[in-house]
Amino acid sequence: MSKHDQLTCHDILGSLGDYLDGNLRADLCEEIENHMRGCENCRVVVDTTSKTIYLYHHTAREVELPNGARERLFSALKLDDFILPKR
Amino acid sequence: MIETNIPEFSIELLQAGDRVEFARMVEAYYGPIYRLALKMLGDSSDAEDVLQNTFLKALQYLPTFEGRSSFSTWLYRIAANEALMLLRKRRPTVPVDENPDDDEDGFMPAQFSDWCCLPEQDFLTAESKRQLDQAIQKLPETLRVVFLLRDIEGLSIRDTSEALGLSETAVKTRLLRARLQLRESLSTYYGERLTYRMNMETQE
Ligand SMILES: [Zn+2]
Repeated sequence: MSKHDQLTCHDILGSLGDYLDGNLRADLCEEIENHMRGCENCRVVVDTTSKTIYLYHHTAREVELPNGARERLFSALKLDDFILPKR
Repeated sequence: MIETNIPEFSIELLQAGDRVEFARMVEAYYGPIYRLALKMLGDSSDAEDVLQNTFLKALQYLPTFEGRSSFSTWLYRIAANEALMLLRKRRPTVPVDENPDDDEDGFMPAQFSDWCCLPEQDFLTAESKRQLDQAIQKLPETLRVVFLLRDIEGLSIRDTSEALGLSETAVKTRLLRARLQLRESLSTYYGERLTYRMNMETQE
């Protein structure tokens, strides 16, 4: 038995960032997953946090500029002659 | 990771005042910079101001760019500063309790609704997208900027720390708090959706 056997919910929270970003050592990941099997609240927190990040990745990146904003930017930078070739 | 197809630029040409290269650089970055500004400020006209000021400052400070960070990180740094400055101008009385690293209790999860399993269509509605945007606006700006750079723009922890002049530890702490706070906001909305769906099912 390792001394890490008794991870608390607070410990899970502390490692959550590294866990979600895939930066946590394999044995620590395993401990988190063990804890989650017995702790529904932590499982939900981990799953919904992961889903939160996923949703922002996939929907929040689509942004439209106001009409003419690109042209106004190029003008402000005295790059008017580069406005036309919009790629 | 977030896929970016931003071309490489010649810093030498940029610093020599090459207009073609500068135009190429603006073309490649105006979208991401506008997005960062819009999500920091929540207002398209303010975001456009930040967009213009960022590239004007970049033009002005290009000669002092030393390449200690990558060019994009340097540009994000200017944009983040511009956005934060505008936010502080908008609200001149900064609350004393602004340091998000101090308070630990405000970030403990309080909602445990398991809304992950909602049908995909529930995440794609206009209302759902509005909830995502609103949740970002509710974050304290010091957390918001970290979340946007890391999780929306896809900067590494290290690049985020360079762009904001923070330690990597501070970036990680703020990122986790931002994510947990967003999760909490979204749990309110999606938790209601889940209850609604479950009620529908029992009525059938
Ligand atoms: Zn737990």
